Amino acid sequence: MATEALGWWGVPLGILAGTLRGSAPFLFVSLGECLTEKSGKINLGLEGTLLMGAMSAYGVSYLTQDAVGSFWAPWLGVLAAGFAGMTLGTIHGWLAQQPRVNDVAVGIAMIIFGSGLAFFLGKPFIQPQASQLFTFEFGAWSSNPAVQSALKVSPLFLMGVAIAPIMQWFFRSTRWGLYIRAVGDSPQAALAMGISTFKVRMLSIVAGSFFAGIGGACLSLYFPGVWTERISSGQGLMAVALVIFARWSPLQCLWASLLFGGAQAIGPAFQSVGIDAYYYLFNAAPYILTLVIMVITCSPQRTLIGAPGALGKDE
Amino acid sequence: MPNHPPLGFSRRQVIRGLLATTAFGAVTKLSAGCTPAPDAEPDAASEVDSGAVSEVVVGFIYVGPKDDFGYNQAHAEGAAAMAANVSGIKIVEEASVPETSAVAESMRSMIEIDGATALFPTSFGYFDPYILELATEFPEVQFFHAGGLYQEGTHPDNVGSYFGYIDEAEYVAGIVAGYTSKSGKLGFVAAKPIPQVLRNINAFTLGAKSVNPDITTQVIFTGEWAEPVKEAEATNSMADQGIDVVTCHVDSPKVVMETAEKRGIFCTGYHANQAPLAPKGYLTGAEWDWVSIYTSLGEQFMEGKTLMAGDIPHILRGGLADKFCKLSDYGPAVSDEAKAAADAAKEQLIAGDLIIYTGGLKSNTGDVVVPEGEGYKQDNIELEKMDYLIEGVLGNIEG
Repeated sequence: MATEALGWWGVPLGILAGTLRGSAPFLFVSLGECLTEKSGKINLGLEGTLLMGAMSAYGVSYLTQDAVGSFWAPWLGVLAAGFAGMTLGTIHGWLAQQPRVNDVAVGIAMIIFGSGLAFFLGKPFIQPQASQLFTFEFGAWSSNPAVQSALKVSPLFLMGVAIAPIMQWFFRSTRWGLYIRAVGDSPQAALAMGISTFKVRMLSIVAGSFFAGIGGACLSLYFPGVWTERISSGQGLMAVALVIFARWSPLQCLWASLLFGGAQAIGPAFQSVGIDAYYYLFNAAPYILTLVIMVITCSPQRTLIGAPGALGKDE
Repeated sequence: MPNHPPLGFSRRQVIRGLLATTAFGAVTKLSAGCTPAPDAEPDAASEVDSGAVSEVVVGFIYVGPKDDFGYNQAHAEGAAAMAANVSGIKIVEEASVPETSAVAESMRSMIEIDGATALFPTSFGYFDPYILELATEFPEVQFFHAGGLYQEGTHPDNVGSYFGYIDEAEYVAGIVAGYTSKSGKLGFVAAKPIPQVLRNINAFTLGAKSVNPDITTQVIFTGEWAEPVKEAEATNSMADQGIDVVTCHVDSPKVVMETAEKRGIFCTGYHANQAPLAPKGYLTGAEWDWVSIYTSLGEQFMEGKTLMAGDIPHILRGGLADKFCKLSDYGPAVSDEAKAAADAAKEQLIAGDLIIYTGGLKSNTGDVVVPEGEGYKQDNIELEKMDYLIEGVLGNIEG
């Protein structure tokens, strides 16, 4: 089939495709961080968790593809990424809750630890090719290869999209969600209710890190689908910032992630249709977007709506 | 717990512990600083006596991992060949060293701890200020830098530069791309608009235009040497625009090659052989060939030759003829016609009969960049200052 040029249509299509391809890591990390922060602790270490997840997913998929076949191997990788994330989360959850220990400082240490460990263990996996996750071909109706390629959607992305409303419901309508919100808003009251703040926070951090690990698997097993040391380029940290302007609401995390995923594609899409001025500016679009949104939404008159009460306090 | 100090240590114990640690640290640091000196002198003396040496430690520093299918892998393969081909050469390597003061520390420890007397810090950004500072501090150690930054006279005597005219190989790859492309649109994913990158873009385009004068090359700059997500996005948006052959100049071409293969378009490689990544679409590629140059430098080290004595030239340059670069084997999609044309161009380049930058060449903003009636040969210094994209390249270097 002859490839036909899309011309100007390439820009919206490119941004749409970039959104579908690139927002999954943001989505998983921000949902994980949302869960963690709702319980009153911050986990900045998710950047390290993301890298560790990407490395373990790629490594496990590569090592098992001969034994279980190229369909199941990446799924084992996704599981491994989740478990790698949980391991790092356990360390963070235990350390950050010790007396006189600051969770932000532990988080920074965990970024360095997680990324260092991932680089160290990931050396042998840079070169080989691992089996990739399958994709749903939602573009099969179109005869245009560009549309077909843009609508290849990863099952992980769909899972992330499904998890966001479920998590929203979980916080609002379930007993466990209430526990997490109570611990995050007022640990004293939660303690009086007979809830163990340590256990609830530990579980929230571990579960959040599980999501972040899966976010890493999206990077290495779906898009861009390689393991290199520069694979995350700060996406873990951006996702943490994203939770703040999503106002700690899982559904808004979803919209924010889509926005960031799409913003990544702006620079290349514009250059490919010949808008070649200011490409440094367009390439920096996600970061500029963060700043703009922060400036618009912040106000000296009030504190951030939705911020868990105990967040950043030593309680 | 009312009066217990934290962790159960009294202030006295803490102070005593700190003092002991400081004393231990000072003693080991000083003794480590002293020991190599007596060893070094007899070595230096024997070097002067015999001319040849029994063992030379050579340090290699890479900016990324050693097996990235890219720039660093090409250098690491050359380093391994140097150690294998020259007896007496011992190599020490460090990978993933950023272009910050970290590289200065790596060089220092290679010199002071491993006893390296020749260093190859291979990344472009290591040169200024890190190599220059260390070269002034250790005048007896030789520093070799891959890139065109060395200037005779202004930089220390123990610094040398080596680089290949890989745009010759890009030109040949451009010919193959020109024959293979059906849409007449080629794509180039580039990191930053620096002269080496622009030379590759222009040579690739000139090669393709020698087949079909109407062919265009779309350039997308990602802004960084390693941005896997943007490189993949760039390749995808080029495929959306009907571009059917892509190539790149980034640290690791792996993402671009794999994405091109997924999109069912063709690609030509860079740095190292990426044929295994794109078995269907890989046409050929411009590869570095550091094996021969590193081996010959290693032999010269063993003979006791140095940059400082002037036995080794400070500027080493070469193209296909001098084996600084080579081309990957042709992929299955390359037609016989393309192979013949590419081989012919390669022969001419090796013989020195083909001038890539001929007189009257225009930039894509309409300026004449090579004066009429003049051709720039590969070793022309003007080419190392390149700051334009030629006619036929769609793109802009002003960010």
